[in-house]
Amino acid sequence: MTRVLVTGLGATTPLGGDVPSTWDGLLEGRSGVRRLTYDWVADLPVQIGAPAAVEPTDVLDRVEARTLDRSQQFALVAAREAWSDAGFGDDVTVEPERLAVVVASGIGGVLTLLAQYDVLREKGARRVSPHTVPMLMPNGPAATVGLALTARAGVHTPVSACASGAEAIALGLDLLRAGRADVVVAGGTEAAIAPLPIAGFAAMRALSMRDVEPQEASRPYDKARDGFVLGEGAAVLVLETEEHARKRGARVYAALAGAGMSSDAYHVAAPEPTGAGAARALALAIRDAGLTPADIVHVNAHATSTPLGDVAEAAALRTALGDAVNTVNVTATKSCTGHLLGAAGALEAAVTVLSLHNRVVPATRNLDDPDDEVGLDVVRMSPRDLPAEAAALSNSFGFGGHNVTLAFRSHA
Amino acid sequence: MSQEEILAELAQIVNEIAGVPVGDITPEKSFLDDLDVDSLSMVEIATAAEDKWGIRIPDDDLKNLKTVGDAVNYIAKAGVAA
Repeated sequence: MTRVLVTGLGATTPLGGDVPSTWDGLLEGRSGVRRLTYDWVADLPVQIGAPAAVEPTDVLDRVEARTLDRSQQFALVAAREAWSDAGFGDDVTVEPERLAVVVASGIGGVLTLLAQYDVLREKGARRVSPHTVPMLMPNGPAATVGLALTARAGVHTPVSACASGAEAIALGLDLLRAGRADVVVAGGTEAAIAPLPIAGFAAMRALSMRDVEPQEASRPYDKARDGFVLGEGAAVLVLETEEHARKRGARVYAALAGAGMSSDAYHVAAPEPTGAGAARALALAIRDAGLTPADIVHVNAHATSTPLGDVAEAAALRTALGDAVNTVNVTATKSCTGHLLGAAGALEAAVTVLSLHNRVVPATRNLDDPDDEVGLDVVRMSPRDLPAEAAALSNSFGFGGHNVTLAFRSHA
Repeated sequence: MSQEEILAELAQIVNEIAGVPVGDITPEKSFLDDLDVDSLSMVEIATAAEDKWGIRIPDDDLKNLKTVGDAVNYIAKAGVAA
């Protein structure tokens, strides 16, 4: 089977405007969560979030940015970083017919939708922007990246709530294995820090209410966890067949060895309490990668800091890994970044890749009093070293009962 | 308002929306072929012009505004009528 390698990384996150600053933030255990200062937050039940550290309009050309939704802007920033990080540019390109893009979003251009609805109500239909539809459509970010990089092997947008970013990478793996492309730019983006999404998640009682201590609000696996913190940003990986990467002498971060997907068919939002569906995704990913549970050294967990979700995922890990779970270094980087929804799976995939490449796992922040029900070896207080040869998993789950696990291996 | 004044104001609008340098925006230029202004941006420019000059540009008229000069003439006539 075609081997697939990760040759480029890009991100813009609550911790930094690129991959190096985001990675440094994780190793330092910084929090990207803060009190929101927008004028509209006053009436909301939750007033904290994890906004992007760098405004995309500060790095994009003004005219280019003005017809892009914020989610498209994030995707473009991350994709350009990943593209150049992979060594592509004016001198090194990919045949457009062999280049595909898969950029996911959980919600799409919701900021545009809401802003233009305000225009419609206040000024009438003739004042609604002609860019409204291309800016709000969920495939908008993928289309933006495809245009910027001249990708003609296909532009795709899986939508599976908070599993979207991981599903994009899994789809990228499928495209490369099926021979439909030589290079796939895959990732996720989200820009939904706005009154309606916050009110909606708050109405589900999904968000942390710890307004007085924003930087301590996202606390996966801690006994005092009370919900997730809404973040925003994007992350993009350049996936490439081993043959294509070798021919051009590409620098390789890690191998994307496999993926597993399943669905709960249990409840539209609540996790299946035994974690059976997630355990199947985990087992499928391990098998797809040609690994056994004993090979897994590290898991970057989905762990959003909700009371039920973190425990269900822990149960899934125990089921899928068996006794091997005791030697797995688990971390939950949402403790630092907040929850980037449709970008989360892509960001955590990038972090998992960097953990293998740099042989170190960032610690889980705010884990002061581990929940006994979790029963995992969660890295906390300080980062932990990984061996040179290692296999790691990244989990992502989404409302709708979507379960996606990605499997990565060190590349010597 | 003179044609020169309309041109100067219109150039500001086109620059704001499409990023075309003001100096490139001269009467003989085609919006699409010379200035790379696509149809969506033309709608935005028309809306901005409507607000600026208090006029209305029906779609049947908009599609005939091929060059910057076409638009300047149209605005000059419509502005007088308004």
